[in-house]
Amino acid sequence: MIHIPNPSVGRRSVIAGAAGLLAAPATVFAQAASGSQSAVIDVNRARTEPIPIAVPDLGGDEQLGRDIAGVITNDLARSGLFRTIDHAAFIQSGPSGSTPNFQNWKPTGAQALVTGSVTGSGGQVRVEFRLWDILPGTQIQGTAYTTTQSNWRRIAHKMADVIYERLLGEKGYFDTRIVYISGTGPRDRRTKRLAIMDQDSENNRLLTDGSWLVLTPRFHPTRDEIAFMSYANNRPRVYIFDLTSGRQTQLGDFAGMTFAPRFAPDGSSVIMAVSNGGGSDIISVDLGSRTSRRLTESGSIDVSPCYSPDGSQIAFASDRGGDQQIYVMGAGGGGARRISFGNGRYATPVWSPRGDLIAFTRYAGDTSDFSIGVMHPDGSGERLLSQGWDVEGPTFAPNGRVLMFYRETRSQGPRGSGFSSRLVSVDITGFNERPVPTPTDGSDPAWSPLGA
Amino acid sequence: MNVKTLGALAAVALVAACATKPAPEAPTPTPVAAGIVPGSQEDLVANVGDRVFYDLNSSTLRADAKGTLEKQSAWLAKYGSVNVQVAGNCDERGTEEYNLALGERRAHSAASYLKAKGVASARLSTISYGKDRPTAQGSTEEAWAQNRNAITSVR
Repeated sequence: MIHIPNPSVGRRSVIAGAAGLLAAPATVFAQAASGSQSAVIDVNRARTEPIPIAVPDLGGDEQLGRDIAGVITNDLARSGLFRTIDHAAFIQSGPSGSTPNFQNWKPTGAQALVTGSVTGSGGQVRVEFRLWDILPGTQIQGTAYTTTQSNWRRIAHKMADVIYERLLGEKGYFDTRIVYISGTGPRDRRTKRLAIMDQDSENNRLLTDGSWLVLTPRFHPTRDEIAFMSYANNRPRVYIFDLTSGRQTQLGDFAGMTFAPRFAPDGSSVIMAVSNGGGSDIISVDLGSRTSRRLTESGSIDVSPCYSPDGSQIAFASDRGGDQQIYVMGAGGGGARRISFGNGRYATPVWSPRGDLIAFTRYAGDTSDFSIGVMHPDGSGERLLSQGWDVEGPTFAPNGRVLMFYRETRSQGPRGSGFSSRLVSVDITGFNERPVPTPTDGSDPAWSPLGA
Repeated sequence: MNVKTLGALAAVALVAACATKPAPEAPTPTPVAAGIVPGSQEDLVANVGDRVFYDLNSSTLRADAKGTLEKQSAWLAKYGSVNVQVAGNCDERGTEEYNLALGERRAHSAASYLKAKGVASARLSTISYGKDRPTAQGSTEEAWAQNRNAITSVR
């Protein structure tokens, strides 16, 4: 029996203490020199060399200073866009609060430097940090956070997001969580539980006890809620899970199975599939009034709907043309046009938060393997990012830069030996594929919005 | 593969191990064993056949499947108080969400056939488990053939 702790894992607005800006010390402005090579790059221009960055332990509270620097280092290194300098190469550790001696940092090869300090009492901490551009010798950012000490990991992720944004020019994705399905036991009677963790695999929590099969969780864009599918009472339906109260509510009342839910970008409704005879239709259910609207009725399998980030269009998978392919239609339904024309069957379209790409699962075709890929919303520019048996179910980081999905391995025998299901992340360039560790097997990952 | 370890259900299932060729006639049902209650799930499994099989990505009933469903409808006519659930399943070659729909389509095709053979709608329900409740746990053609099914069970 796995212990389910207090179900309340809602945490929006948990960091109550506002982030204050720290002015750069006056001396720094005198050092500022134009024309020097800066650590700040344009990440969208091309694949660039990782930015070398030094993240020495923060000053003040020794334990927290080391732990926070460790979380930041891990976040930045895993992104593949930073090269964190080994502490052994440091000439001096960063003095807190004052201007660093840049001459001591240049030989480490670092272009950017993070310094800071942690002070606190009575369960409250104040974390102050500064980001420096070493070659010109300028302060790029100075920020202080005040929060309860137990939030120290979130502060570290927020700092990593600030560093990422200031040096790469786009929002980060470190202060985020992953909701996924934890799987245990033999394949023919697998126990699946809703689970949630930070994006760096920490703070893993189980949200359901495994009594019923659960599948395909998705984060609400602005609230601490998850849409998912549950077989509760042997009636497979879409439910909303409230992370703050732990309460589960069935969404709508339909005669047939409801599945494959996703929230609308404004969070006011859920779009999902409902079985209808031998096929399935796409419906939208308003979360306030709970009224529903049928958007397709093709007699085929229409499934896996996903809105464009502006809410004007819906991508979905359908076998209306014989084989399963990806279609795009207007948000009100109608006018569906096929966009996938490559080799094989296409499934699970997921629109990038940037709007420029649709990620998908492709299978069959010229190999028996599965692929994770991306294409433009008009179907052009298809690229495969990962292949194998079986890769499935991409989800975008909120900045659209990273995809997470899951990979299953083949069973080697009739008892299912050798089977595993693990979460994996990959940069949308196809580089930097990494396992995302989970305590049990994992599948169906869904990335939260930033700060959720 | 070692079918012995899978027990009686799997032995029945192997009849349709090949995905595309029509399966041979079902084996002679085992004589009613001592202890099997007429009209029970065990009776259905041992003496009728509780499941039908499908080709890859298909919900079309094959000739062998229709034969099994005809026997099921006769059995249901004999035991008029028995209600059943038809559960559609898929092999692992497909995405979770698509296979939920495909499993439902398979359950629907089997249940529709039973209705056409006179079984009252009120006695039938359907459910889909997609690829989440495989009978055979392997990743082979034989395992996949067993896992593309609709299984009738007494409620």
